[in-house]
Amino acid sequence: MGEIFLIFLSAVLVNNFVLARFLGICPFLGVSKKVETAVGMGMAVVFVMTLASSATWLIQRFILEPFHIHVLQTIAFILVIASLVQLVETVLRKVVPTLYEALGIYLPLITTNCAILGLAILNIQKEYNLIKSTIFGFSASIGFMLALILMAGIREQLEFAPVPKPLKGIPVSLITAGLMSLAFMGFSGLVKM
Amino acid sequence: MARLSYDFIKGIYKENPVFRLVLGMCPTLAVTTSAINGFAMGICATFVLTCANFVISSLRRLIPEKVRIPVFIVVIATFVTIVDYSMKAYFYELHKVLGLFIPLIVVNCIILARAEAFASKHPITNSLADGLGMGTGFTLSLVVLGSIREILGNGTIFNVGIFPDAYLPFLVMILPPGAFIALGLLLGIMNKIGERA
Repeated sequence: MGEIFLIFLSAVLVNNFVLARFLGICPFLGVSKKVETAVGMGMAVVFVMTLASSATWLIQRFILEPFHIHVLQTIAFILVIASLVQLVETVLRKVVPTLYEALGIYLPLITTNCAILGLAILNIQKEYNLIKSTIFGFSASIGFMLALILMAGIREQLEFAPVPKPLKGIPVSLITAGLMSLAFMGFSGLVKM
Repeated sequence: MARLSYDFIKGIYKENPVFRLVLGMCPTLAVTTSAINGFAMGICATFVLTCANFVISSLRRLIPEKVRIPVFIVVIATFVTIVDYSMKAYFYELHKVLGLFIPLIVVNCIILARAEAFASKHPITNSLADGLGMGTGFTLSLVVLGSIREILGNGTIFNVGIFPDAYLPFLVMILPPGAFIALGLLLGIMNKIGERA
């Protein structure tokens, strides 16, 4: 139990996927203009990332390892993630149309989010078991959502700030992200892994 | 011929993937802790980009429109696997440093973007030139960012010290926050220069 809590804290605050590991920067910069869309994207990522972490673990354990085809790891994982996103989209549309409406365009965009493939590979590298992998996936995506929503809140305020013209848009967002990352570094003593 | 050289040149400045199109941010931020790491990542991406452009361009009439994205991804993933295993065999130390970001070249948006926007519509030679040009532009940007961070954060460039011993390195530049701030300022400077031109 203690270890699971540590994995959670470490993935959310200390080794935040966006601010410390640089995974998922594209959606982080792309959809953080409004808090509302940030929440939508965050939810979609939590959903897919948790599922993807267990799915890729199962693929690794029961297909790639028994047949000794580790060479195919990258190809297999990216295809699994792409089809998983497709599957989630179809199922959601039939079963929970309201959630599907809410996630909207953000679902298909997730395939190209490098945080998901990165997470799958990290899970294998760290030799987590199925439960730990799933927990790690869930907490990493919560960390992603946290960073995304915080960023969106800051950017909404930035709209009204007198930013020098060449820095408008992406540059000032990057600098803001840098300051956020600096703040998150304060958590680094929290967990010893 | 002029067309070919244009396809090559445009990736370096006019359509530079990092500074102009703002693509491929994850590896750009993550691996540029030193000039040499940025250079290695750039070379890997250039290799994948050129080979993927070549294959996709030669198969462009055979790939059905509807499944083109999965096909592109499989082609790209194949070359990424080749890079991953060759790096592990011949440059083990570098492979350990770049680590996770080698397999993640698969989801680097630059490569998929060039496959979709260029290679699937142009002949083989032009696609090769485009891949090489974009790759060079990407490598140059990584080396520039890596050098700035290495000089400020460590006082060296390509592992050669350039400051007297009294220089106290500005450590934060090689930590994650430095990556964001350096790239943000660099993009701002590029915007300022682009504005004037």
